[in-house]
Amino acid sequence: MFHKGFFKGILGAGVALTLATGLPAIAQETVKVGLILPMTGASASTGRQIEAAAKLFIAQNGNKVAGKTIELIVKDDQGTADMSKRLAQELVVNDKVSILGGFGLTPLALAVGPVATQAKVPAIIMAAGTSMIVDQSPFFVRTSFTLPQNTTPIAVWSAKNGIKKVVTLVSDFGPGLDAEKSFKAGFEANGGQVIEQLRAPLANPDFAAFLQKAKDLKPDAVFLFVPSGQGATLMKQVAERGLAQAGIKVIGTGDVTDDDLLNSMGDDLIGMITSHNYSTDHNSPENAAFVAAFNKANPNMRPNFMAAGGYDGMALIYKALEKTGGSTDGVKLVEAMKGLAWTSPRGPISIDPATRDIIQNVYIRKVEKKNGQLYNVEFDTIPNFKDPTHK
Amino acid sequence: MLTILFDGIAYGMLLFILGIGLCITLGLMNFINLAHGAFAMAGGYLAVVMMNSYGISIYWCLPAAFVFSALLGALLERTLYVHLYDKSHLDQVLFSIGLVFIAMAIVDYAMGANQQIVNLPPSLEGRIDFLGASIGVYRLFVIAICGLLTVGLQFVLAKTRFGSRLRAAVDDGRAARGLGINVTTIFALTFAVGSGLAGLGGALSTGIISLDPTFPLKYMIYFLIVISVGGTTTITGPFFASILLGVADVAGKYYVPAVGGFIIYTIMVAVLILRPQGLFTRSTSR
Repeated sequence: MFHKGFFKGILGAGVALTLATGLPAIAQETVKVGLILPMTGASASTGRQIEAAAKLFIAQNGNKVAGKTIELIVKDDQGTADMSKRLAQELVVNDKVSILGGFGLTPLALAVGPVATQAKVPAIIMAAGTSMIVDQSPFFVRTSFTLPQNTTPIAVWSAKNGIKKVVTLVSDFGPGLDAEKSFKAGFEANGGQVIEQLRAPLANPDFAAFLQKAKDLKPDAVFLFVPSGQGATLMKQVAERGLAQAGIKVIGTGDVTDDDLLNSMGDDLIGMITSHNYSTDHNSPENAAFVAAFNKANPNMRPNFMAAGGYDGMALIYKALEKTGGSTDGVKLVEAMKGLAWTSPRGPISIDPATRDIIQNVYIRKVEKKNGQLYNVEFDTIPNFKDPTHK
Repeated sequence: MLTILFDGIAYGMLLFILGIGLCITLGLMNFINLAHGAFAMAGGYLAVVMMNSYGISIYWCLPAAFVFSALLGALLERTLYVHLYDKSHLDQVLFSIGLVFIAMAIVDYAMGANQQIVNLPPSLEGRIDFLGASIGVYRLFVIAICGLLTVGLQFVLAKTRFGSRLRAAVDDGRAARGLGINVTTIFALTFAVGSGLAGLGGALSTGIISLDPTFPLKYMIYFLIVISVGGTTTITGPFFASILLGVADVAGKYYVPAVGGFIIYTIMVAVLILRPQGLFTRSTSR
């Protein structure tokens, strides 16, 4: 008699155990999101912007989504690729994160690609801008921008607005070459001519020779690209070199007139025309709320395009989790992310289901002074613009 | 053409002022101080803070940067470096490279990792035309200051009593002590002046090139090239080497932009193959 009940008890415990281990996704109530960012080193401003924006998103929207609690883990890769990869492995294996994110520069994102693919963990690119990154892993989804996407509009705009001859000057690495190629393609397709393509080493202290060369070639305009955070030195030397006085216009992508640094670059920049996916000055209720909240949480810091990428990256994660009903299965999450569309602080954006890359408005802007501060003021829009190299 | 030459000379002069302190400690005191760039960075950041946060004129910032870095140099020389004069070169390298990383971390923590820029006074901005060449006023200013300093240094080392004492102390410290020369004080002073010059160079450079926490590592390569090409036994050797490298770097990037960044290294390799003791070193060995 007694041993029958005992047997039943064991059976019941066994069934309960099978149930518990068979469905670990339900048992796990916390979803960990691991952000790998350069918090120190030359690209530290990128990391700080993204971290601040991601934390802001969680503060605004709560840390609960689809019944799960979101836990953010931020790791510093110091802008070195081997570190990014090691941190990604640690986050996946030790911390058991369900989603990776961040990646300040192209090489850092590429280093993490194999880890994301193998672990089947979605990796949200919130900063890096080389076009081909999304091809390197089916788990990459991008919420930042691509260089061709941001460069082509200024090339087309220049050709249509009386600029005939251009000299390009870019940083000699992946995104720089992307910018150079896209500019030439877009500009020459519309009747312009690129008369010289200059490439400055990434760690270049003195731009004097390149800028003098550009000046001596007497183009109508000089096109500039340097990565986020490095525009200050270049623009100071552009002013010193007197390009404006020589009648040469200065154009570029918005990386050069980074909102984070724009104010400290001085009045020499007024009038510079750039194309980019986000400006702090973007005129929309979503952006006004975003900038106000960002400034409140981070005094003395202006949200730039990196912050927009981080903010929208978190938005993407929340929306995807809602769509999967809280399931953290990597394949399901990436599927859920494909085709998602919403209005972000930068305007309407969506994730291209075919490439997992972002589709967004690109704006033509001019540096102007408003209330004693410098802003990139948007005056033209290229709506829902796809990365032109991924057709 | 003249503009390129001018820009190159300005860049070379800047390299010279930044690196001359290292030449002095290495050549005269036989001490390898890879942390030299950290003193330049200290001067640069002091100038940035003074100019941007307190609005102090650059003409005050430059001497302040010199004094600040010199005092810092003297302090570290008395407390840390003095223990390493008798140690092997490897110990000196390891110690000073460690200092570099400490300095970088401190600056990163205190000032942030972003590039610092200064807004120059209007009197130093703009360009003037000279013999058909367009010349940046600030670069002219840099050349003038560095030129004066070079003449002054050469004079002090070659013609003054301090200079001859220093040379004596270096050539044979024991004999110099025996003659009543206070070798310790002379070394400390020399080290401080070298650090001060680096600080001044760092402050001057904020008007042209970028200042961020990686400064000491980024420019260490250039200092070492200047020293290996110019030799360390004279002031004039590194001086001409700096000018040569500055001009070659700027001209190379201008005329052959595709390989411009490598020209400076090519010159170094060529010089080291042909004259391993340095381009301007007298062939007498000590």
